[in-house]
Amino acid sequence: MAMLEVSDLHVYYDGIHALKGVSFSVEEGEVVTLIGANGAGKTTTLRAISGLVRAARGQVRFQGQRISNLPAHTIVAKGLAHSPEGRGIFPNLTVEENLDIGAFLRRDAAGVAKDKEQALALFPRIKERLEQSAGTLSGGEQQMLAMARALMARPKLLLLDEPSLGLAPQVVQQIFKIVRTIAASGTTILLVEQNAHMALRVARTAHVLEVGTLALSGDAAALSKDDKIRKAYLGVH
Amino acid sequence: MKLGGPVVMLGLLIVQHGFPKFLQTLVNSVALGSLYALIALGYTLVYGVLRFINFAHSDVFAVGAWLSFTFATAFGWVATSSPLWGMPLVLLLVMAACALLGVTIEILAYRPLRKAPRLNVLITAIGVSLFLQNVGQLSSVFGTQPQRMPSLIEDRSLFTIAQVHIRLVDVTVIALALALMMALQWMVFRTRLGRAMRAVSFDEKVASLMGINVNRVVTITFAIGSALAAAGGLLFALKYEGLKQTADATWVLLGLKAFVAAVVGGIGNVRGAVAGALLIGVVEVFGASYLSPHMRDVYVFVILIVVLLLKPSGILGKAVREKV
Ligand SMILES: Nc1ncnc2c1ncn2[C@@H]1O[C@H](COP(=O)(O)OP(=O)(O)O)[C@@H](O)[C@H]1O
Ligand SMILES: [Mg+2]
Repeated sequence: MAMLEVSDLHVYYDGIHALKGVSFSVEEGEVVTLIGANGAGKTTTLRAISGLVRAARGQVRFQGQRISNLPAHTIVAKGLAHSPEGRGIFPNLTVEENLDIGAFLRRDAAGVAKDKEQALALFPRIKERLEQSAGTLSGGEQQMLAMARALMARPKLLLLDEPSLGLAPQVVQQIFKIVRTIAASGTTILLVEQNAHMALRVARTAHVLEVGTLALSGDAAALSKDDKIRKAYLGVH
Repeated sequence: MKLGGPVVMLGLLIVQHGFPKFLQTLVNSVALGSLYALIALGYTLVYGVLRFINFAHSDVFAVGAWLSFTFATAFGWVATSSPLWGMPLVLLLVMAACALLGVTIEILAYRPLRKAPRLNVLITAIGVSLFLQNVGQLSSVFGTQPQRMPSLIEDRSLFTIAQVHIRLVDVTVIALALALMMALQWMVFRTRLGRAMRAVSFDEKVASLMGINVNRVVTITFAIGSALAAAGGLLFALKYEGLKQTADATWVLLGLKAFVAAVVGGIGNVRGAVAGALLIGVVEVFGASYLSPHMRDVYVFVILIVVLLLKPSGILGKAVREKV
């Protein structure tokens, strides 16, 4: 049984049919990427999984349990953390408070302290800034904070929405290196990216989303050699 | 700048009238400011999480004052003086009752409109306000007759400075308001709940991704804001004693001035609400006792206009940022 199963997912925004029957699954321990052009429905897919938007049809199962259309705040508790598009850090909280709020539902203080230590070891740049207001961080640091905050929930499945968005090339490299480290430590990852080049190198499986439907799916390494993909998403002519 | 003139004039008047009058005015203004602060905090807390002005808040304050009267008379403390624990008991009761009222209003009237346009919620709030004002006047509720609040605090001076008797009731009002404000400050900035409130205030969707139950946070916010307004209601009744019926304009005016305090301080900002309220209290009471008592409400709105012109986001407010 797959860890996450999305089947025939349909989402509407005020009548706009944003997802038109998307189905895919994520196996435990793998990195799956969802790539596609701007507006294809990648963010919407993640939002439907974590309960931020309603699934009009179809369903999402996590570890065998149906989670579609449960209130968002109850889904985190099941082991699914979502680092949203645009990072979604709380600039009115300090960096440390942002981390702590990632562990909002956890009652195991010792485990939380340990995870905080691990997250800070993974992102040393935010460690020096714990007392600062999170709004003062640079874009790259905010992205790191958003990922560290998601890890504070100790998720079994991590949803990452465009972690490379708007970042300088070296920072993008750093972020992807950390994504690899997180995956290597056993966390399953569903990675949404417009940067198909990087995403296909990190992921094992890839799905290509085109205006609300999956156009292509398969092994990431194979897809990165596919002519159509190379032309449309990797900028090779 | 044109403000300089009145300020210099007031300064000269203060010197001319002597220290005792200044001290008495200061105590009165801080006491009134503390009351405004307790009410202003409710406006600001609710605005913080929902970005909406709860126009029924001043009526919750009025209900708090009237319920204090109801409880005090029910205990038979009209003619006989109350025991020492009388005031704390009434305080707890009205805070609990108004917290319940605030939560009920939120769940029944506002929650169904959470995704509706702002204007709908605003109109509903005005409806709730009118409802409370008029239900409060039913003979089976508080009635239409003004009442005199039993003095649950002994009317005596606590100490005397420069021939000015500092009354126990004023000290109680200021001390209690201060204690409640400090408790709130601690709650908002030092507890898990406060952190959740600040997160919801910035972005409720992302907050829900953290596992925060946004509806619950909103409910608790209404409970806290209403309980503070109730405390303000009791303290108001103790200090000013005469209670006008719930639909009387004095309540709306007091609520309005507390709202002005929240805006002047920077709406959504807890410390700002307190700062704004103290400023409003000082300006109103000093203006009333040194310049003209008939203009006291005008001074408050002059401050509003001045602050909005100089710093539209309020004294402690951050530059306006629309919620995404
Ligand atoms: N909040 C929204 N309201 C209305 N339409 C939206 C909203 N969010 C996204 N959409 C539309 O849904 C489609 C998919 O968007 P999105 O999931 O954000 O795509 P992607 O993340 O792949 O760029 C787009 O056509 C977009 O315009
Ligand atoms: Mg997107």
